[in-house]
Amino acid sequence: MDELNYKSYRIEAENICVDYHGKVALYDANLRLKAGQICGLVGMNGAGKTTFFNALTGFVNISKGKIRINGESLRIAQQDQSIAYVPQSEGIDSQFPVSVWDVVMMGRYGSMNILRSPRESDIQAVKDAIERVDLMELSSTPIGNLSGGQRKRTFLARAIAQRASILLLDEPFAGVDIRTEKLISELFIQFKNEGKTILLSTHDMIHVREFCDLVLLINKTVVAYGETSEVFTPENITSTFGGMSPDVLFGPES
Amino acid sequence: MDLCFLSTNITSFVADPLSHEFMRKALLMSSLVAAVCGFLSSYLTLKGWALMGDAVSHSVMPGVVVAYALGLPFSLGAFIFGVGSVALIGFVKQKSRVKEDTVIGLVFTGFFALGIVLVSKIKSNIDLHSILFGSPLGISLSDVKQTVFISLLVVILLSVFRKDLILYCFDPRHAKTVGINVLFLHYLLLTCLSLAAVVGLQSVGIVLVVAMLITPGATAYLLTDKFDNMTIISVISAIISSVFGIYFSFWFDLETGGSIVLVQTFIFLFAFLFAPRYGIFKFKKLFSSY
Repeated sequence: MDELNYKSYRIEAENICVDYHGKVALYDANLRLKAGQICGLVGMNGAGKTTFFNALTGFVNISKGKIRINGESLRIAQQDQSIAYVPQSEGIDSQFPVSVWDVVMMGRYGSMNILRSPRESDIQAVKDAIERVDLMELSSTPIGNLSGGQRKRTFLARAIAQRASILLLDEPFAGVDIRTEKLISELFIQFKNEGKTILLSTHDMIHVREFCDLVLLINKTVVAYGETSEVFTPENITSTFGGMSPDVLFGPES
Repeated sequence: MDLCFLSTNITSFVADPLSHEFMRKALLMSSLVAAVCGFLSSYLTLKGWALMGDAVSHSVMPGVVVAYALGLPFSLGAFIFGVGSVALIGFVKQKSRVKEDTVIGLVFTGFFALGIVLVSKIKSNIDLHSILFGSPLGISLSDVKQTVFISLLVVILLSVFRKDLILYCFDPRHAKTVGINVLFLHYLLLTCLSLAAVVGLQSVGIVLVVAMLITPGATAYLLTDKFDNMTIISVISAIISSVFGIYFSFWFDLETGGSIVLVQTFIFLFAFLFAPRYGIFKFKKLFSSY
């Protein structure tokens, strides 16, 4: 990693606001992430986690503020394949008639010609990605026949095939088996060593302590942001979850 | 029964209608239209646009009437009103608290009613019955040209942007993230929907054209887990329905549009009951347990 790249921010979100038809979903949110950093995005349902992701991928327009990706505009970041998004399981039609291979190949579409006909390099990238998530023997299986964990790995492979420098993961650990969880954890460490920047949302406080260098607590806006060891305190968590005590949150559900 | 008699019977069942020029034309045109609608159908069912298909196909009515009255190609009028209705649905949804399915129902019935009123007011040679229920047997030469042109256009558009459209239906957020123009794909699919509705209404009429746009796709969806196969099955089942529907209509003196759609519905029912993996009687499961 060269010095310059390390110093410049991968993600820079400055005072961003998002509203859906007059309803404010997120306001004055800030985030700065460098290469090789893993940041946890923590908040209640409806606190704006998915909205934050949507803003960073450009899926919704921000009404105020500024987003820079690798110092460039979002549009350029999209064209450069800089951002990969791994959706949460509920965000996907699991019965859609496509195979693991098809889905992972979609990670290459952005760098293909208009007909999206794969070149040798695309095929190789897809193969490598599927191998990294350990799904080679299932590559022609329709995604409807996969387990939740296998499906999660499929979308992770899509992000790998895309070769993005920034990974946004919506609830990567929700509803996955132990094998998948272990594999995702290992991949995170590899990604970090490769200098990728990761932003992941999670309900699981243990995962935050385990993986995340930084944590961003949100409730429509940023409640607290910083090093996990400093920011991830019971007080901050309580205020993030609207006054509910962390005991409730750390109970059996989370 | 004498086997020879039976075979001549079947031959005449197949061949007799073919001796009429209007039947040959109807069979060819309806198969073409069915193929186009069937092609599009696999996208619409996966995108969840059945209601949208219903809305657009009904909303083209005033466009057709106005275009006829002004002597313009009726596909132009239909196209404007088809896309216009969707724009209006989007606008009303955004600016009011009324739920989307209500807005869709509201807008398309409004357009449809406007169309019916216009027909009764503009005394021309427009046959309301043929617009509502289709008239594949009375298709004119200029209609043939228009249908062929539109069909080719839709097939080319759907083929060129095939993979992007699949991705758009499957995961529009990823499409956006990798720099694909999602808005363009949205309107592309909408354009194809309007155009397919226009050609479809010649075969089965405005009231039933939505069946051409969703039933073949739904049938195919029950039979396969591969998108390519889904499209092929969808197109084939649509063509078979058209051909058989027209034959039945010829021999038993049935309303042609209704007859075509009814065959489609029966094919769907068959898949619903007997599809290997997703049917009610899961034959694959039965077999594999032995």
